[in-house]
Amino acid sequence: MEFAGIKSLIFYAFALLTVASAVLVVTVRNIVHAAFSLMITLFGVAGLYVFLQADFLAATQVIVYVGGILVLILFGVMMTSGRLQMRIQIERGQLILGGLVALLILLLLFGVISNTPHWEGIKDDGSTLEPTTRTIGEMIMQGEFLLPFEVVSILLLVALIGAALISRKEVRDEE
Amino acid sequence: MELPLHVLIISSLIKILIVVHVLLIGVMAMILAERKVSGWIQDRHGPNRVGPWGILQPIADGIKFFLKEDLIPDHVDKPIYVLAPAILLVPALIICAVVPFGSSITVAGYEIPLQIADINIGILYVLAITSLGVYGVVLGAWASNNKYSLLGGLRSSAQMISYELTLGLAIIGVLMLSGSLSLREIAIAQGANIWNWNFLIHLPAFLAFTTAAFAETNRLPFDLAEAEQELVAGYHTEYSSMKFAMYFMAEYMNMIVGSAVAVTLFLGGWHLFGLENLGGPFWSGVISIAIFSAKTALFLFVFIWVRWTLPRFRYDQLMNLGWKFLLPVALTSIVVTAIVWIGTQSKLLVGVCNVVAASVVVAIVASTLAMRREPEQIERQEPSFMKGSSSGRT
Repeated sequence: MEFAGIKSLIFYAFALLTVASAVLVVTVRNIVHAAFSLMITLFGVAGLYVFLQADFLAATQVIVYVGGILVLILFGVMMTSGRLQMRIQIERGQLILGGLVALLILLLLFGVISNTPHWEGIKDDGSTLEPTTRTIGEMIMQGEFLLPFEVVSILLLVALIGAALISRKEVRDEE
Repeated sequence: MELPLHVLIISSLIKILIVVHVLLIGVMAMILAERKVSGWIQDRHGPNRVGPWGILQPIADGIKFFLKEDLIPDHVDKPIYVLAPAILLVPALIICAVVPFGSSITVAGYEIPLQIADINIGILYVLAITSLGVYGVVLGAWASNNKYSLLGGLRSSAQMISYELTLGLAIIGVLMLSGSLSLREIAIAQGANIWNWNFLIHLPAFLAFTTAAFAETNRLPFDLAEAEQELVAGYHTEYSSMKFAMYFMAEYMNMIVGSAVAVTLFLGGWHLFGLENLGGPFWSGVISIAIFSAKTALFLFVFIWVRWTLPRFRYDQLMNLGWKFLLPVALTSIVVTAIVWIGTQSKLLVGVCNVVAASVVVAIVASTLAMRREPEQIERQEPSFMKGSSSGRT
C-alpha cells in the first residue's frame, strides 16, 4: 500500500472515532459514560491535529483537555454522586436551544474555513513534519503575543488565588 | 537519515514487537525481583520453590491468574468495568514508542535508530499519555460501584493530578539546556561525559521528578489509593483474575517506562564513558541497548528498595509534600536554570545554583510550616475519605 493510502486510512479511522464518540456524548444518558465518550472525542481531535501538522497543538490538547479538564469533570461527578444511577434529564427546550447553538457554531466554522488563506499550503507528501514548537515559543515570548500571554497568565493566577480563598473560607472565618 | 518506506515499516514492526515483549518479560522479571529483593531486605528467602531460585514464580503467578474465574460482579457498570484495566495498561505500553533505548544499529546496510518513533515533541507526548493513566484508576473505581473502590479512586486521582504538575515542571529545566523536546536529542545533548548528565545539573529537579514518578505509579510510600488497612484494595477491590492482573501489570509497566524516561532525561540515556562507541556499527548499537537496560534496571531497583524501606504517607503529608515542597522546588529550578544559564552559560554554575536555591526554598517552606500554628478546625472540615491512616495529627 502507498504511504498516502495508509495515511488516509488512519485519518478516516480517527475521523470516524471522533464523530462516533461525539454522537455518543450527546445521546448517552449516563453522565460517566458521556464523560468517557468525551475523552475519546478529545483524543480523536488530537489525532486530527497531527494530520494538520500541528504536533504541539495535539499534545497540548491531550494534556489540557483529556489530562486536566475532563479528569476534573469526572472527579466532580464522583464527588457529588458515587452511584451508578446518575442520569441526565433532557427537555425539549434544551434540545432546541442546543441545536441552535450548534448550528451557529457550524456557520462560524464554515466562515473561518472559507477565509483561511493558506489552505493549499498544507502538504501531504509524507515529508517529515516541521516542528511547530519553536515557532509558537518565539511568537509567544518575543513576538506579538507576549502581552496577551502575560495578561492570560495573570488572569489564571487571579483565578488560582480566588479558588484557594473560596475553598478555605470557612477555616478563615473561625480563626 | 531517510529510510525507504518498506524498510521503515518492517524495522518499525520488529522494534514494536521487541519492545512490547521486552516490557512484558520485564514485568515478570520485576515481579520476581520485587519478591526476591523484599525477601533480601527483610532477611528471608523469598520465593524459592518454583524452579531454581524461584525464577519460574512469575510464570506460576501468571498461570494462576489465567485459570481463575473471570468474575464480573452484578452491581458493576459492565462496559466501563471491563474497559478500565485496559485504559490503564495501554498508555503504559504506548509511551515506550518515543523512548530511545539505544543509539542506532546498522543492519543490512540500513542505519536504523533504536527508537520506535522519534517525534519532535517527544516529552510532551510522554506527559500527555501519562495523564491518561488516571482514567484507568478513576473509571475502574467508579464502575466497581463499591465505596472502598470509589474512595481509592478519588484519592488516587487527586494524587496523580497533584504530582503530574511536578512531573511536568521538573522537566522544563532539562528542556531549556537541551534546546529540544525530542527524547533522542535530549539524550544526545547529555553525551558521554558524566558531568553533562542532567541529574547533576538539575539535581533538585531530578529528585522532584523521581518522587513524582513514584507517586504516579501508586506505589509505597504513595499507595494511599490501595491502603489495605483502610480501603481493602482500593480501586481494584472488585477485580479478579486477568483483570486484576492487568492492573498489576500496568503498575509494573509504568515503573519500567517511568524508569526508562528518567534514564533518558536525567541519566544520559544510552551513554556511559564512551563505552557505547566500541565495536562496529552493529555491536555499538547492541552495547548501547545493554547500557540503557542496565541503567533502567538500576533505577527499578531503587523503586523496589524505596517500597520496602519507607512506610506509607498520611494523606495530608502526601499533599504537603506535593504542593508545598516538590512544586516550589520544581518552579525554582526553572527560574534559577533560566537566569544562571543566560547569565553565565556554565553548566557547573547552573548545577550549584540549583542545589543552593532548592535548599533555600525547602528551608523557607519547612520553617514557615513549623512556625504556623496548625488550626485544629481543618481536621474536622476534611471529608472523611481525605484522611490518611488513623494516627492523628500532631
